[in-house]
Amino acid sequence: MNDDIISTLESFIAVKILKQPNRPVKEDEPLISSGLIDSFNLVDLALFIEDTFGVQIEDTELNVNTFDTLLQLSELIKSRMNI
Amino acid sequence: MKTLAENIVNSYIKIPEQTAITLLKNQNPEQLISYHQLILGAYAYAKALEKANIHPDEVVILILNHGENLIYSFFGAILHGAIPSIMPFLTEKLEPAHYRQSLQSLFEITRPSAIITYPEFIEEVRIASSNTSSIRAIFSTLDIQPSDPVNIENLLGLKRNAHDIVLLQHSSGTTGLQKGVALSHQAVINQIKSYSKALRLNSSQYGKDIIVSWLPLYHDMGLIAGFIMPILTQTPLILMSPFDWVRAPFKLMQTISKYRGTLSWLPNFAYNFCAQKVRARDLENVDLSSWRAVINCSEPMVWQSHQMFLERFKPYGFRAEALATSYAMAENVFAVTQGGIDYPIVIDSLDRQSLLFGKIATPSKNHDNAVMMVSAGKPIENTNVKVVDKKGNELPERHIGEIAIQSNCMLSSYYNRPDLTQKSFIDGWYLTGDLGYIAKGEIYITGRKKDLIIVGGKNIYPQDLERIAGEVPTVHPGRVVAFGVFNEEIGTEEVVIIAEVDTQDEEEKIRVGDEIRQRVTRSSDIALRYVHLVERNWLIKTSSGKIARSANREKFLAQCQ
Repeated sequence: MNDDIISTLESFIAVKILKQPNRPVKEDEPLISSGLIDSFNLVDLALFIEDTFGVQIEDTELNVNTFDTLLQLSELIKSRMNI
Repeated sequence: MKTLAENIVNSYIKIPEQTAITLLKNQNPEQLISYHQLILGAYAYAKALEKANIHPDEVVILILNHGENLIYSFFGAILHGAIPSIMPFLTEKLEPAHYRQSLQSLFEITRPSAIITYPEFIEEVRIASSNTSSIRAIFSTLDIQPSDPVNIENLLGLKRNAHDIVLLQHSSGTTGLQKGVALSHQAVINQIKSYSKALRLNSSQYGKDIIVSWLPLYHDMGLIAGFIMPILTQTPLILMSPFDWVRAPFKLMQTISKYRGTLSWLPNFAYNFCAQKVRARDLENVDLSSWRAVINCSEPMVWQSHQMFLERFKPYGFRAEALATSYAMAENVFAVTQGGIDYPIVIDSLDRQSLLFGKIATPSKNHDNAVMMVSAGKPIENTNVKVVDKKGNELPERHIGEIAIQSNCMLSSYYNRPDLTQKSFIDGWYLTGDLGYIAKGEIYITGRKKDLIIVGGKNIYPQDLERIAGEVPTVHPGRVVAFGVFNEEIGTEEVVIIAEVDTQDEEEKIRVGDEIRQRVTRSSDIALRYVHLVERNWLIKTSSGKIARSANREKFLAQCQ
């Protein structure tokens, strides 16, 4: 399940945000602090997560302290999905 | 009333208890700031500047978060007669070393006397200012002692003249920092007078207005339309934080609904952003019928963005007549034109070819190949607009050329840059660098003369990005180009960087691409949309050996198709 979440997020980020479909995103790669994704993309990411996994990420959580990597983000999603 | 200090002190005496600003902060209860509190807060800063022996007419740089300290220190500097200039502050993404460098270059040209910042940033400012002899005081907001305003009439700000400089405005980017737009009290007051009239602000026709803004105060749109104008005209201002808005655009709609907001200003991309990123559940019971003008300003205005916004929010009471436009620039304090107030925005359907290649904006005959140009409206009172050719000669209707303006609210100068000031004027007309045309008195902006990129209303100088990317090892120095490409879906430009590298190795290319992205974001706070790495000699050079931005842009776009 974890791998599924990560790979779904990875492909969303590579295709929709970075526009480099073949670009691998490592699960421990910093996303926000490194500048790969910016504040405008964070809202997209939150909407995508809600539509795909049915969990809500509040706007106050959209920052580097809540998550900066795919792994942290997938943990957050899992904790909301109760699995 | 001839100065800003006189104006706010007058409000303090006459309507001390009236709320000037309702400050909204994420998850905090609203904070009401009356004119009394505004003077109280500002007075403490004015006294601190006086104590530090800062003279009127000296520049005070403000590096503060969006909030009450920024509001008080800004008006505090004005009450003291000093010249405030608001700078963006260091965010978590920006690299301190680079930010320091841009502060240093700002200090060198502006020669400020004092800097006010937040406690955590004091050390950074000390380091950046170590080579600037003009800086005599660096304050933390914690150093400011509240004190009761006594002998208000002795405040040095009340002794300023109408033609003295009241504030400086810098645009973003290192290159932009090299010219601070210096505005006089008279210019700001004249602009507010003409612009209020164009907006029919607080008129008998529309009743009392309520302005809602989430715009940053270091930019003219936020500073003038979303801050100084409401405070000076005693129009209630609901001030949201840009950081909250970008994470939760629905808050703008909820705020309009809750406070019955009537006027807001948005850069074009925000129309798309709000339309696409607001959930229905966040709009429950939202009523937008009070909004009488949502004014598109500060980047190219796009018809589709308006349509998208209208369709999304019409079910919540948003009215088509509320769509409005303005062409504005810090050099004219703010607005040059205003459209969509007395009659709906005029749309000019143009032949696409004529816009791309021609010198004349020709109305389209068939709709398939039409570009819907959105009018920026008509010049506000006491501002004249004309379109000129390369030699400065006025062009007739529908001829595309450079927009030149003349007004009673022009900048006094680019601060400490007489060379730039002189170059910007021809026979008393300010050359804007924007291209456009006039038809039936309506002003249309079609593009820009300079290679400026505008992302979400923020001006980006491609030279800054090219220099940063060129510093990445493996990239050939000087073999980098940056430009913007308009994306209709998001309603603004996306930034592209093309760099020549020697390597063919795909992994190495990803690494270099990442490093370029990272350096650019950490230096400029802009996320790159495309980083394109190419082999040696891919980039087209001009005959003088310079990288040709527009030619390379065309080449990139042709390859994308």
